[in-house]
Order: sequence, then C-alpha cells, then structure tokens
Amino acid sequence: MTRKTPVNQKIEHRPPPPPAGPVPWDKDFALQLLLDMLRIRRLEEKAAELYGEGKIRGFLHLYIGEEAVAVGALHALAPEDNVVATYREHGHALVRGMPMQAIMAEMYGKQEGCARGHGGSMHLFDAATRLYGGNAIVGGGLPLATGLALAAKLQGETRLTACFFGDGAVAEGAFHESLNLAALWKLPVLFCCENNLYGMGTAIERAEAQTDLCVKAASYGMPTFAVDGMDIVDVHATMQKAVAKVRKSAGPVFVEFRTYRFRAHSMFDAELYRDKAEVAAWQKCGPLHTFTARLKAKDAKGGKAKLTEKEFLELDKRVQAEVAEAVAFAEAGSWEPVEDLLKDVHTPEGTVTAAPQASTKAGRAKSPAPRSGRRSSKPTSARGRR
Amino acid sequence: MSRKISYREAMRAAMHEALTNDPRVFLMGEDVGRYGGTYAFSKGFLDEFGPERIRDTPLSELGFVGAGIGAALGGLRPIVEVMTVNFSLLALDQIVNSAALYRHMSGGQFSVPLVIRMATGAGRQLAAQHSHSLEGWYAHIPGIKVLAPATIEDARGMLAPALADPDPVVIFEHAGLFNMEGELPDDWTVGIASAKVRRAGKDVAIITYGGSLPKTLAAAEILAADGVEAEVIDLRVLRPLDTATIAAAVAKCHRVVVVDEGWRSGSLAAEVMARIFENAFWELDAPVVRVCSEEVPIPYAKHLEDAALPQPEKIVAAVKGLFA
Ligand SMILES: Cc1ncc(C[n+]2csc(CCOP(=O)(O)OP(=O)(O)O)c2C)c(N)n1
Ligand SMILES: [Mg+2]
Repeated sequence: MTRKTPVNQKIEHRPPPPPAGPVPWDKDFALQLLLDMLRIRRLEEKAAELYGEGKIRGFLHLYIGEEAVAVGALHALAPEDNVVATYREHGHALVRGMPMQAIMAEMYGKQEGCARGHGGSMHLFDAATRLYGGNAIVGGGLPLATGLALAAKLQGETRLTACFFGDGAVAEGAFHESLNLAALWKLPVLFCCENNLYGMGTAIERAEAQTDLCVKAASYGMPTFAVDGMDIVDVHATMQKAVAKVRKSAGPVFVEFRTYRFRAHSMFDAELYRDKAEVAAWQKCGPLHTFTARLKAKDAKGGKAKLTEKEFLELDKRVQAEVAEAVAFAEAGSWEPVEDLLKDVHTPEGTVTAAPQASTKAGRAKSPAPRSGRRSSKPTSARGRR
Repeated sequence: MSRKISYREAMRAAMHEALTNDPRVFLMGEDVGRYGGTYAFSKGFLDEFGPERIRDTPLSELGFVGAGIGAALGGLRPIVEVMTVNFSLLALDQIVNSAALYRHMSGGQFSVPLVIRMATGAGRQLAAQHSHSLEGWYAHIPGIKVLAPATIEDARGMLAPALADPDPVVIFEHAGLFNMEGELPDDWTVGIASAKVRRAGKDVAIITYGGSLPKTLAAAEILAADGVEAEVIDLRVLRPLDTATIAAAVAKCHRVVVVDEGWRSGSLAAEVMARIFENAFWELDAPVVRVCSEEVPIPYAKHLEDAALPQPEKIVAAVKGLFA
C-alpha cells in the first residue's frame, strides 16, 4: 500500500480491535509471560516516579504499552541467541534475564549497575545474557547485529541475533545497508521492528513514502511477518515461526510488530504531535489488561480460567516487591570512585576477550532466576562481568 | 533599551526573522515541525510558515543534510537542523565530502550557501552517545565556517550573517546554554569573522568558546576575588580562527589557559596553542595550559560526568598553577 499523505493532512492512527480470545498456552507459561509484562510495567512506572524525584536523570524512554512485543518475542529465543536493542530497552534486558536490581542501579548511575553507571537507562549491556546494548543512535544496532550474525555463521555457531529497532530507524541508511548485507550473505539475523507509529513526534506517514515496512524488507529478498504487537499470543506465535525460519534457512527474517507507545517519547516530550484521544483509543488494546482479561475468562468448554483475581494480585505483589528491592538495591549502591574515571576506555593488557558464553553465568552475582522476584537487596555486584 | 531574553528565544527570533525576510529560507530537520523542535526552538513555526518551509524529515541525517546541500546549490537558503552533533556523524560524508568541497572541486563554479545548525555538548547526564563535543573536528575542514554562539547576542545575531555567507556555515549551539538568560542589546548585529573579549583583564588570558564560556566567566569571578584579573576570550568563530585576537590577548597577559570541552588530544585547544606558539611565543611568561574534557567517553553518572568535563574549579586551579 503506498499512501500519499499531504504533509499538512491530519493523520489518524486507528487501533486494531483489542486482543481477545482464548490463550492457547498452559497456565505456567501464560503466567510467566504475564509476569514479565507486569515486571516491565511496574519497573517503568517506578522509574518515571524516580525521574520526577531526580534519582534517575538524563534520557528515560518508557516502553509502557509495548510490553507484549519484548515479552512475546524474547520468549521465543534460546539463551545462546544474541540480542541487540535500542535506548527503549528496559523490557528487553529484564526479559532476557538481567536482574532488575542491575537495571535500577544503572539508572541511578551506581557502580552496581549493569554498566557501572556509565550508561544509564539507554545503555543496558549484559554479557551473561548476550545483550549487546542499549544503542542510542537510531539505526546504530542494525549493522552490528549483522556482524554478530556473521561471526556466528563463520564460527559454525547456531545462535541467531535478534535486533530490535523502531519504525524511525527504517529511514536510516543503516537499516537498508544491514538488511541487504544480511540477505546477501545469508546471515541469521532476526530484524525485529517495533513499529509504534512514531519516531519521536514524527508519524510514520510523514517519514515513509512506503508505510508497509514488510514491503521494504521483502525487497531485499527475505521472508517477512507483520503482527499485532498488542497481542502477546500473536507476537509469540509469529516470533516462533520467524525464529524457526532463521534457524532453518540461516538467513535473515524481518518481523514488524505493530504497537503503540502510551507514554511520551522521553521525559522531555510535550506530546504536541498526537491527540489524547488517539492514545486513549490505543490504550483499549493495552497488552497487560487485555491479556489478563483473557486469562481470567473461562475456557471454551466453560472450564477453569487460567488466572483468578487473587492470583493476579499475588503476582502483582511479587512484582511490586521485586521493584521495591531493586530500588533499595540501587539506593544502597555506591558511586564509582572518581579515580576510576579513565578506567575501561581501553582493555587492560593481557585481558582475554573471548565471546561471552550465555551458558556460563560465572562472574554473575548470585542473582536468582530472573522470575523469582526474590532477592537480597544487599548491593553485591549484579553485573555480569568482573 | 536592552531586554532580557533566553538563548532559546534569541535563536528562535533569529530563525523567525530569516524565515520572514527571505522566501528562499526554509527550516528542515527531525521534529522541527509538529514536535515543535527538539529544544522548542521552532515551536509554532509550522502553523506560521507551513509544512513546505518547516519541513519535518525522516530519520535520515545523510539524506536530508545532502538534500540541504542540493537545495542550496539549486538557489534556496536552507537552514538544516541536525538534532545534535552526535547524529551529525551520520551526515558527515555529505558535510565533508560534498558541502565543504564543492566550491573548490568545481573550480569555483558552485557555492553551497547552506547553514547547518546542531546542538552540541555534555552536562545533562545523557551518556556517551549523546554528549559529544566535536566542534574541533568540524573546525579541521577547509571549505566550511564553524560558529559557536555562546552569548544571547550571538544566538540572536549570528544566523543572519551565516545565511548571507555564500559558503556552508555550521553552527554549534551548546545545549547547556539554551535556558541561559541575558540582556539583548539594542544593536545585536554581529559579524562572523572575529573572536571577542568577554571580560577584560591583565593577568591571564583564558581562551574558550561555546558551553565553556559561562564556566570560564564564573572562574574569572572566583579569580578576581583572589586578585587575579583574567581576560576572557570567546573564540565564537572556530573556523577560520581569529589568530590576531588570540595573539593580542597573549601579548597583554603573558599567561594563557585554553578551555575546551573537546577531548584534549587533537583538540581545538591544541590548535589554539599551536597558533600561540607560532605567533606569540616570545610574549609568554609561562607554558600555555589547557583545561579539556578527560579522555573518556562521557559517563552517565553525574559525579563522573562532572569530573570528565571542564569546570570552573579546574579552570581556577589551572590559572593558579601558572602563578605557583
Ligand atoms: C541517528 C539519530 N538521529 C536522531 C536521534 C534522536 N532520536 C532518538 S529516538 C528518536 C526516535 C526514534 O524513533 P523509532 O526508531 O521509531 O523508535 P521509538 O523511539 O519510537 O521506539 C530520535 C529522533 C538519535 N538518537 N539518533
Ligand atoms: Mg517509533
């Protein structure tokens, strides 16, 4: 569909019908994904609050509204796969298994953070879970994801590289160059486009002559999928297909997740470019409440629901406790000494820089399985390194 | 009668005037229109001048900067806004390989009357990828002029001569200055050829530009309380450098500190020092020293970011070191 949109014409983004219908997963798995969405939501709500208090500074980009994408998609990956993300990556880090404490401490700028407080919200890195950032240059992650996949291919590894980026990145040369390289060299990259319809204040219709992003990717000769990114069931199912395709063909696949950001682009955005009514309409598709409602509904045969209100409240309580612990951990954390300012600019001589192994969690703090939600709030190192 | 306005308002007024007075002028860049400008410089412009002249672009820095060059070649007077210097790296090829070279490469047939504006600098905890100060890089390139308005007057006045210039002009606006308020004199017209003395003194010349100017002026006040009168030179025009004003300040004060938010190695500060050695070496009573950013990507954590950047205390200490 090529759409001619005169620049001065008003653009309406109508949401799809809210996700509905039975959830075809067993209870455990369904609740695990619900839990992860809730963890992202509560973490970010807290982060917004802390930003207001001046505890978190700089740029903070919230993923609220888009949680189904990271959760549904990342649960289709294997631990040994690589992930490259953007500055809107709290959710990706969390779902991949980075402890919430390490994320929160990083946002505080404390040395117990995943990057010693060097990067903050936009630059979450974790060798242990093979998260290669946290890239805050739009489009910056695509070429390096392509290279990670090249390395895997040349070394006979089976891992794929999932690269997340926004609709805005599609306009960058880096997008086109990367897709072409990956297709040309048949590299196992999963290009995951989180199309939330805006790049900052610019609606996709004002940025793209061709708004069907799959058409672009297809022109490089790779399979494409488009999926309702508000529907975690569809997201996960589609991502599983896409992952299988990459593993089978060892070539790239492009997936467009159609989603929506409920909050401002960053904490500096006055949101002059969209109507409150549009946001409200999309909130009806909110991934958390729609999924919760689906889990609470009785199944087709009138049998038991997968989730009761009581269970939901318990889950939420657990998450709130995890968030509280993360905040306590960050509060109790310490500042990297100023004397270490010049450390880490270059790699110390004699350091062996082997590729990280997802399977070895050596050096990682005794962080409990990411979903347990229970951990000490004592600020031991929560980083994957050193 | 002078009046008090902010740097942001001054810049906005300058663009408003240019758009009003010259139909060839248009503003193009990411989120200049509907978003109201990343830093609200162009808020309201879209309604007033329309989408043809307040042109929101896709995230295509190479493309729209190059298109600006083409539009300038084609007879227009584009103001291309690159959101920040950090993203200008994606457009560097067009700036360095096209804009800067066309006049010479074409044997003088094609000039590129283009203005590129970009925010620059650190100090707001935006971390490494959003905190660059690469003015010195741009000042390395023959074929472009590089400006660094650091006062209300320059924010208001520099755009007009930049637009009148037949060659590409790159304007660096330090994001730490945007909320700064000051008096705008009645006659705010300025040239873009020379450095300016922002504070007269006799004991030491402190040479700086951009976001480091207020820090340097603050340092000068601290020094004054200790009986050291610093002359503060604002370079303003980073290419071509005003060697005469620099040399005059050295001849007057005999001691020099250069303050530059760029990293020390290969910095603009290094170039200023080289000019001093070439032109005013015998006037010096002490080695020239620099206060630059530490050679580390700018960290997020505030205490580390503060430690990485030039600060008034560091400038004071550097000056005192000259008298020790
Ligand atoms: C190369 C580059 N240009 C501009 C920016 C400033 N910027 C940061 S995020 C953003 C919007 C990106 O939109 P999109 O890719 O759709 O991702 P979203 O924020 O919607 O998740 C812009 C313009 C940047 N970080 N990098
Ligand atoms: Mg977007």
